[in-house]
Formats: sequence, C-alpha cells, structure tokens
Amino acid sequence: MENRLTIVTGHYGSGKTEFAVNLAVAFAREGRAVTLADLDIVNPYFCSRERKAELEAEGVRVILSSGGNADLPAVNPAVNALFEPNVCGVMDVGGDPAGARVLGRFAARIRETDHELLCVVNFNRPETATPEKAERYLREIERSAKLAVTGLVHNTHLCGDTTAADVLRGAELARELAGQTGIPIRYHALARRLMDQVNISTGEPFPMDIYMKKPWEIEPTEE
Amino acid sequence: MAKELWKGNEAVAEAAIRAGCRYFFGYPITPQNEIPEYLSRHLPEHGGCFVQAESEIAAINMVYGAAGSGARVMTSSSSPGISLKQEGVTYIACAELPAVIVNMMRGGPGLGNIAPSQADYYQATRGGGNGDYRTVVLAPATIQEAADFTQEAFDIADYYRTPVVVLADGMIGQMMEAIEWRKPKERALPPKDWATDGTRGKRPHNIINSLYIDAKDCAVQNRKLQEKYDRITETEVRYEEFMAQDAEILFVAYGTTARIARAAVLKLRKDGVKAGLFRPVTLWPFPEKALRECAAHENVAAVIDVELSMGQMIDDVKIALAGAKPVRFVGMGGGAIPAPQELVDEAYKALGRCGK
Repeated sequence: MENRLTIVTGHYGSGKTEFAVNLAVAFAREGRAVTLADLDIVNPYFCSRERKAELEAEGVRVILSSGGNADLPAVNPAVNALFEPNVCGVMDVGGDPAGARVLGRFAARIRETDHELLCVVNFNRPETATPEKAERYLREIERSAKLAVTGLVHNTHLCGDTTAADVLRGAELARELAGQTGIPIRYHALARRLMDQVNISTGEPFPMDIYMKKPWEIEPTEE
Repeated sequence: MAKELWKGNEAVAEAAIRAGCRYFFGYPITPQNEIPEYLSRHLPEHGGCFVQAESEIAAINMVYGAAGSGARVMTSSSSPGISLKQEGVTYIACAELPAVIVNMMRGGPGLGNIAPSQADYYQATRGGGNGDYRTVVLAPATIQEAADFTQEAFDIADYYRTPVVVLADGMIGQMMEAIEWRKPKERALPPKDWATDGTRGKRPHNIINSLYIDAKDCAVQNRKLQEKYDRITETEVRYEEFMAQDAEILFVAYGTTARIARAAVLKLRKDGVKAGLFRPVTLWPFPEKALRECAAHENVAAVIDVELSMGQMIDDVKIALAGAKPVRFVGMGGGAIPAPQELVDEAYKALGRCGK
C-alpha cells in the first residue's frame, strides 16, 4: 500500500490498536519512515501509547495523546506532522463513532492528503456480529469522522482463544459486508500462529503479533 | 452457544439485564463508564429505566427506593464514587433490601487516578459505611466470572435481602475476553412480601426503615443482621486453589492479581520451585478456614500475599493463618501493577535462595 496516511477506525474491541501497531511495524520493516499517532481519546487503557518503547525500538516514531493514562486525554498538536510531505503516517483512532469524532477536525486536511481510511471489523463482537450490524457502525463512524471508509480490515478474533474456524467464518461475513457496502477488503488480519492454517482468497492476509498484552501474559524475563 | 468477545464493563451490564435487572441509577466515572453507557442504550429495549442521577448520593438513594419496591436494581461506579455511595449502602443494609453495587476500582486515595487498583478492599469487606453491617463481596478474575457473578449477585441479594458488591479492578472493566452466556445455579428465592409495592387495600402497610430510635429495638435489628451474616459466612464462602496441594510457596491473591500470581506459579514450577495459589473468590465472607487448612500443609514454607494496594487483604490472611506461617507481601498502591517476575523474585527471597 503506497498511501501516505493510513487511518484506522472501528468498533471497540475490533482490534484497531493491535492492527495499527502491527501495520506501523510492518511499514517500518519495509524501510519506510513511519509515524504512528495515538488519537484514542475515549479509551482509558490498552492504547498504543502503552507500547511506545517497543514501537520506537522498531524505528516507529510515536505521537502520544497527552498524558498517557490520563483521565482527560487531549489530541497532541504534533499530529499535524502527519500532513507534512514524505511522512508515512498511521493514525490509531479511538473506538466507535465517539472515538472517530476526533477525525472531524482533520477531515479537510485528510481529504487533501493521499489516504486510506480503514474500518476494522470483528464479527465475534456482539454489537457487530452480522454484516448489517457492522455496516451500521461503519456508517456512523463515517458520519462522525466526516470521511468515507475506503477499505475494510477483517479481524474476527477472540483474543487468545481465536481458532482458524473463527477467521474463516468471519472472512465469509466480511465478503458479504464488502458486497453490500461496495468497500473492498484490504486485509484479513490474523494471529501469526494461524497463518498456515487459513487460506483466504480475497484480500491480503496480514499476520499480527500481539503487542497489547495483559500483565499476566508477559513472560517473566530470563536472566 | 458460541463464544463472543466482550469488554468487562459491557458484560457486567448485559449480565444485569439477563438477571432481570430493569433499573439502573448511576453517575459517570472512569474506568466503568461502559456500564452506564450500555445500560442507557439497552435497558429501554427491555422496558427498563436508566437514570443518570445528579450525583452518586442521589443515585444510591434511587437504588434504595427501587429496591424497597421489590425491583431488581443496580448501580455501578469506581472508587471515589463508591465512597460517596456509602451512606446509601448502610441504609440499604440496615433496611434489609437487595441491591447490586459494582465497583471497578481505580487508584486512590482521594481522586487518585484511573489505573486499575484493589485498594477498596477494606471499604468493601468491612461494610464501608457506618454501623455493624457487611456486604457480600464477589471478586471476578475473568470477564466470564464478571458475567456469571453479576447475574448471581442478584440472586444472592434477593435470597438474603442484602446488598451485594461485585468488586473488580479497572482492568476487568476495560479488558476484552471470550465468554459464553450461562445462567447461575438456581436458588429458591423467597417472595418479596416485604416490598412497598402497593397494598391494594388487602394487607397492612409495609414500611422500609433504617431508623430505630429505641436502643432496644436497634439492638434487636443488629442481632438479626448478625444472624444473617453468620448464615452467609456458613454457606457462601468461595475460593479456588491452583497447584496448592504440594506447594512450598503459597501465593494469596484475588481478581486480576491472581492471574499475575498464576503466571508466577507456572514460571516457578518450570524452574523446579513448588509454588501454588489460593484465590479468595468471595472477599466477604473471607475463606478463612479454607486458607488456614491450605497453608497448614507442612510443605508450605511461606505465604505471599499479593494485592494492587499497600496491603489490605493481608489482614484477613494473617487472621486466617493466626501466626502459623510467615506472611510476606508484594503490592503497590496508586494504580501500579506488579509483573510476574517480581512475585518470582519474592518467592526466592522467602525461600532464602537465589532465583533465576
């Protein structure tokens, strides 16, 4: 994907942040100078700002919303750097239409920039369990962002409990969603461990490493 | 039924609806806002009523009123908001009304911060407001348990006519896990013949009250409450043991901290150290006897209490052990979270050995 700016939106729990972090790392590993902006000002925990150190180690520049775990996160004016020429930018946007509202402020500049607005969909989330329900969220996100979604990221998962069957079932529903909305599937995101168990013909499989770990999932370091 | 991915707060809210709760009164505070958000959207679909009150004190008094009418009712908040509700909770306990109170704990004291914490243990297990009373306290460690316990909390509240607290740290509220919806085991619930739901001219008035001007009357009510608490202590204690049978190091932890301790147990076992975990599931009634017996095994060299606080449950651990085993502590206040490795290090210190 050659777009300068990739914007990642979706419903809470769709896996937006995990995808945005993985995408930024993938771009960096291709040798691009990547800047990831955490624009999530609705979620108090599990935001990309928590993974700043790992991202910087991969060569990704990270722009935080102010204050880390703050009760009142605010958009950092440094986000404007994403609109400068020759920047490969990834915007990690907060969940739901409420989280996407932050894009409205940048909508005019985004429209002038070569961009891709992605909507991440997880059909294992009860509020987006069917293509119809998922489209309702997608359209509300578009209204709130004042921008059109240009690509779907299919990311049906159950955190650590995801099976190949979940991904295949979700891929079928994602195809329906693409059909009814006319928005193409850009990626099928799936845990790297499932890569050789799943064969999907439409859209590019995108292997995900899990960065957003819970404290008990972090293996104690070997000395 | 297929598994679904639920955020903790949403699961608690949906569990309340599934348990027949149709009334919610609350006031927003992070990290539990998805509970009122979800209920404001979905309670009306079930003919229920959501009110965002002008304050936490107003909200808990609305709970008091709705509970008095016999309705299933819930409120939720996070630490400072729960502090504000304590006046209402002691009234509800004294008036013997069923209600469910969810506390997604955050860093304290004072306004503290929005990070996960377990520093409201004293408040939850010692009543929290004035007078001699207790609330049943259920401590989920997973989103599945958050969904199960919230449903069951309504049955326990109705069965004993007492407020029940679901006590979790903010992480349970915010994280996502796969769950299956299932019903709690059935209890024969008594009729709500005490409710102020209209006499229809056919029975004497029911009165909901927590004022006993005459000291003798107040003593009678206190004795009655105490007998109920004794019954609850007899029948409702819950806990879980993990690799505790042959343990030389026994961790005691609840909620998400128990999952960090579990990771430490597995790491220690891999290194050849026999570690185990005792997890209180009900914090009140505390599994005092079970913990005493678990730690009494002669192989247990030391007990390590782990909390997201400066040490509160450790008092109950020490009461249970009555000096039989040394008790060590790992914990942090103000929303910080220990890594499994810190628990591993403490285990080696307790054994007087150098670890890996």
